[in-house]
Amino acid sequence: MSVLEIRDLHVSVETEQGAKEILRGVTLTVRAGETHAIMGPNGSGKSTLAYSIAGHPKYTVTSGTVTLDGEDVLAMSVDERARAGLFLAMQYPVEIPGVTNSNFLRTAKTAIDGEAPKLRTWVKDVRSAMEGLKMDSSFAERNVNEGFSGGEKKRNEILQMELLKPRIAILDETDSGLDVDALKVVSEGVNRVLAGGEVGALLITHYTRILRYIQPDFVHVFVDGRIVEQGGPELADRLEAEGYDRFTTPATTGA
Amino acid sequence: MAASTDITAPPTAQHGFVAHSHGNAPGDPVPVQSRAGWLSSFDPADFPVPNGREENWRFTPLARLRGLHAGAEASGAPSAVTIDAADGVRTELVDRGDARLGKVGVPEDRAAAQAWASFTKALVVTVPAELDASAPTTVTVEGQGGLGYAHVLVVAEHHSRGIVVLDHRGSATVSANVEIDVADGADLTVVSIQDWADDAVHLSAQRAVVGRDAKLRHVVVSLGGDVVRISPTASFSGPGGEVELVGLYFADAGQHLEHRLFVDHAVPNCTSNVVYKGALQGESAHTVWIGDVLIRAAAEGTQTYELNRNLVLTDGARADSVPNLEIETGEIVGAGHASATGRFDDEQLFYLQARGITEAQARRLVVRGFFNELIQKIGVPQIEERLNAAIEAELERSMALVGAGA
Repeated sequence: MSVLEIRDLHVSVETEQGAKEILRGVTLTVRAGETHAIMGPNGSGKSTLAYSIAGHPKYTVTSGTVTLDGEDVLAMSVDERARAGLFLAMQYPVEIPGVTNSNFLRTAKTAIDGEAPKLRTWVKDVRSAMEGLKMDSSFAERNVNEGFSGGEKKRNEILQMELLKPRIAILDETDSGLDVDALKVVSEGVNRVLAGGEVGALLITHYTRILRYIQPDFVHVFVDGRIVEQGGPELADRLEAEGYDRFTTPATTGA
Repeated sequence: MAASTDITAPPTAQHGFVAHSHGNAPGDPVPVQSRAGWLSSFDPADFPVPNGREENWRFTPLARLRGLHAGAEASGAPSAVTIDAADGVRTELVDRGDARLGKVGVPEDRAAAQAWASFTKALVVTVPAELDASAPTTVTVEGQGGLGYAHVLVVAEHHSRGIVVLDHRGSATVSANVEIDVADGADLTVVSIQDWADDAVHLSAQRAVVGRDAKLRHVVVSLGGDVVRISPTASFSGPGGEVELVGLYFADAGQHLEHRLFVDHAVPNCTSNVVYKGALQGESAHTVWIGDVLIRAAAEGTQTYELNRNLVLTDGARADSVPNLEIETGEIVGAGHASATGRFDDEQLFYLQARGITEAQARRLVVRGFFNELIQKIGVPQIEERLNAAIEAELERSMALVGAGA
């Protein structure tokens, strides 16, 4: 069973005014079978945490450690992290002109598994995963994310998660920009992946509404680059009722 | 954060979408002049020897042309030409006095006039009337190190259909004229592949006239050579003509690949569509794309669009792109152009790598994708295979250049 361990992680980003620290000591353990929700206001560094774990070159880890089953994640290249079992469902999936989705999926699956998938079962797996996400079969032959609506891009992310079978999945604002129907479809897809109890999930969100469809085991409130409060699902309900004000404006009331 | 900045595909869209100039920028050496007014002549003496300040030579590294623009005499071993003709297609080597030569347009620069004045034998490829030749006729020119001048005439007689491939390989210094005569109702594809060795210099003026209801697909593929300068021009001799100019180029360190296009709409109800795409990698890789389209007053009902896109893979490379549209009548169906040059998109790389794909493979996927649409347009399976293989070979070099990664 996999364990992602984040210890006292500090991350900065280059700005015109020099290096700016975004993550200021994040410690978090995600085990297979657990679903963690990271909730926080805009600009709190939630997405930075996601992209730092995935290895985006924009972010510099200044101190701390990230390990997956004891292996040093920070020493790995972006693709090595993915092959080690990390998956990031992105908030803004990137368009790849001229590369069909089916070619992309097969290439990624081959890279992750270290061998090409068996053609017959692969085609069937892709088709049934697409059906589950209510994606038209034409999406297989369309170029990756090109001309996809916001909701279609998010479905495509979850499609990849279902097919690539990561050990730890990080979902960055997967709910943003989705209407209720799309949110349900996407959430069902995530739940299918989590149902086996072999995948650990880190669910990053601003709103609580996705948590109505994906039940978190732990909720972490993220403010100003660190976790300021942790609890169970009931914490999400409290945030729903009270918002983030009590974390962001301790000295005054209101926004 | 992490908004996808897709700089390889800015929202260029249609003509007039963003501020851009249709003439010379202030400080350019030559004043604005209509494309229609360019000097044309078969006599090289009518053109001064270019010094690099002329509008049509300003991008070209003249010092590397080995005198092709300045009266160099043929010398050394001539290129070896082998021909694999489709059934029914005639090929002949004729003397320069042959009455069929010199009918398609007139040279528009010194190098082309010099090539006309200097060639000894011309190759004539004829697709006879109403023949449907679906297999390509391939003319392979294998350079043997010499300097020379060449002339090719491709004739598609009325209502014929054919594919002619000019495949250039080896080492050579050559200036050529290629005449393309597409008679009424004919459908011709001409492919010019420049897959030269690293030291080749190749200038080629490829002039086409397209007849009534005829169709020309002209494909230029420039991969190898030190300096390659291809100037395709197309005009129409009857209404209903259709021209598709497709180009694909891949410049490595030090290479100069230049494509100068001109579509002259002087006849009503004709269509032209131009798509050129290029990739550049390595120090001082330089590509130039000039796309001139002229819609004359008589050319009512014209429809034209031209697009140039460049993908810069490494630092130190330079892509020049100059679309230029002159419109003398408002009675047209549509006219537009777009040009975009972008760097390799790091967000695309990150996305693919985040799915386990190595950097080298991710770069391959993106570049292949960039050219894919264009290769599919060509519609000749043998050519597509050849191009895919050539692009793979270029990508191998690219990976060596990028070094790191997987």
